[in-house]
Amino acid sequence: MSEILVLVEHADGAVKKVTLELLTLARSLGTPAAVWLGSGASADALATLGEYGAEKVYVADSADLDDYLVAPKAEVLARVVADSGAGAVLIPSTAEGKEVAGRVAIKTGSGIITDAVGVAPDLTATQSVFGGSTVVKSKVATGTPIITVRTNSIAPEASAAAATRVDVSADVSDVAKSARVTGRTVAQKGGRPELSEAAIVVSGGRGVGGADGFGVVEALADTLGAAVGASRAATDAGWYPHQFQVGQTGKTVSPQLYIANGISGAIQHRAGMQTSKTIVVVNKDPEAPIFELADFGVVGDLFAVVPQLTDEISKRKA
Amino acid sequence: MKIAVCVKQVPDTWAEKKLQASDSTLDRESAEGVLNELDEYAVEECLRIAEASGGEVVVVSMGPERAGETIRKALSMGADAGIHVVDDALHGSDAIATSAALAKALEGRGFDLIVFGSESTDARMSVVPAMVAERLGLPQVTFAQKVEVDGSSVRIERQMDYGYDTVEASLPAVVSVVEKINEPRYPSFKGIMAAKKKPVETLSIADLGLEPSAVGLGAAWSVVDEFAARPPKAAGTVVTDDGQGGVRIADYLSEQKFI
Ligand SMILES: Cc1cc2nc3c(=O)[nH]c(=O)nc-3n(C[C@H](O)[C@H](O)[C@H](O)COP(=O)(O)OP(=O)(O)OC[C@H]3O[C@@H](n4cnc5c(N)ncnc54)[C@H](O)[C@@H]3O)c2cc1C
Ligand SMILES: Nc1ncnc2c1ncn2[C@@H]1O[C@H](COP(=O)(O)O)[C@@H](O)[C@H]1O
Repeated sequence: MSEILVLVEHADGAVKKVTLELLTLARSLGTPAAVWLGSGASADALATLGEYGAEKVYVADSADLDDYLVAPKAEVLARVVADSGAGAVLIPSTAEGKEVAGRVAIKTGSGIITDAVGVAPDLTATQSVFGGSTVVKSKVATGTPIITVRTNSIAPEASAAAATRVDVSADVSDVAKSARVTGRTVAQKGGRPELSEAAIVVSGGRGVGGADGFGVVEALADTLGAAVGASRAATDAGWYPHQFQVGQTGKTVSPQLYIANGISGAIQHRAGMQTSKTIVVVNKDPEAPIFELADFGVVGDLFAVVPQLTDEISKRKA
Repeated sequence: MKIAVCVKQVPDTWAEKKLQASDSTLDRESAEGVLNELDEYAVEECLRIAEASGGEVVVVSMGPERAGETIRKALSMGADAGIHVVDDALHGSDAIATSAALAKALEGRGFDLIVFGSESTDARMSVVPAMVAERLGLPQVTFAQKVEVDGSSVRIERQMDYGYDTVEASLPAVVSVVEKINEPRYPSFKGIMAAKKKPVETLSIADLGLEPSAVGLGAAWSVVDEFAARPPKAAGTVVTDDGQGGVRIADYLSEQKFI
């Protein structure tokens, strides 16, 4: 069986959950081999990759991979693709993941499929397009299939493998080192799960009425261990930080449960949450288009319904 | 400063988008074509840079005949000239071929900045800017929420999950912008009149030095096997709050084993 490369998504030395999802998927396609680009590939991190089935872990450890934007990662990954004779490459469908994928596709003369929600053993990828209205199955016809996969598309399952470390050259050309990352600004981060990875997302829109109104949304999120999201109306108004925006120009989320509060369901918002498995809606306008997506909806004032729901959950959990 | 801005004509956001049964490509005829909303921010940013530092903005678009309307829209916002890559052989091009055609159209014209939107609302791939940078061997500074240029370099704030990264490169460079960067202007009446007289150069793939076999549906490196409308979601339960709305949701979440 040929190797299926999985590009590891990591932050501060920790492996992100989407990587485990992709390793689980890779096991159904061939022999999983993880590719770690950048510094921080500790024994612990490798052990985690092994737990989820990585037979090998290619490691290119160099600060250049962290200090310059995208191009060095693509250069090293393309080299691993060529040298390993891999059967396919799976990359998380993040903004940067897609950019790396696009460049690797050109470098290796390969076709690319982005935002897959599933990949069959014959490497046919399933995509959900046009805001979820159409399901497309497509296949790469040339080169090594380069496929980016959405977070939360696959449930990660452990299955131990060797995770043998294989160090590879991290040398990159000068051309690749032309856009230098000179600073990192971290907006404050709460203790909640990361929006794009969370199993449950509770979000608020213009109906929340102001920054203070997000208190009821956050309280519900915290009783459920959920991430908080927001519509663009709410982020544009400055009620909630921009990085929590869900939608076309924000995050695409696909959690098990999405609870939309005071959100009308504009097409740009739907584009980012329509593939959520279960959708619950609270909105006082029975005509709001978001109800079309609802598995369960309540027409009512969120300031009455949401706190009651939060209390009820706390009671039932106690 | 010579600035190129790449814009795409896409079906109106609100129109129902469909693939055509004949060749699984997007049906671009049945819906009104508009300037990709996210590219409006790119046009606006280019105009602001040109206004601040002097310079020329050239709109570049690859698309069928009617994509000319989209170029005019950008010209009416204030861009100076247009380049329209149009050829029947391009129908069904994937991102690989699109980036090849755009790179050829952009190459050798002395652009200091090549600016893109962050995503097309129809393809939603967000890969064309990185691919063009790759093909032209230029630095890529993408997903910018802020762009600053001086005579020889560009510095951006790259939008990230956790906040932003500051990224710097020398010119020429490829930039893509996110929607929170600015508020695009509406074309004025004067702008619309002026746009009619602005020059738009059309280029065929022969002009670009590309072989017809290198682009279009036949050359696509990925192919659609089949597609289907998602089965309509079974209608959910919607109740009106009678004072017990929160409890009703809790009941539902218990049933579904979320609590
Ligand atoms: C280029 C572009 C990109 C965009 N990208 C995004 C994106 O990524 N994400 C996004 O979300 N939007 C995006 N938008 C904006 C989108 O078009 C909508 O404007 C936005 O989603 C509306 O947000 P909303 O639903 O919170 O507000 P509204 O549409 O104003 O809806 C508010 C809802 O709250 C309800 N409500 C009010 N008070 C209460 C109450 N007390 N209790 C219960 N319900 C109440 C109202 O009935 C209404 O349905 C984009 C737009 C453009 C042009
Ligand atoms: N046919 C095209 N002509 C000009 N620019 C394009 C074209 N396709 C994509 N682009 C540009 O590339 C960006 C990203 O597109 P995409 O990778 O398709 O999501 C868009 O916002 C445009 O700026």
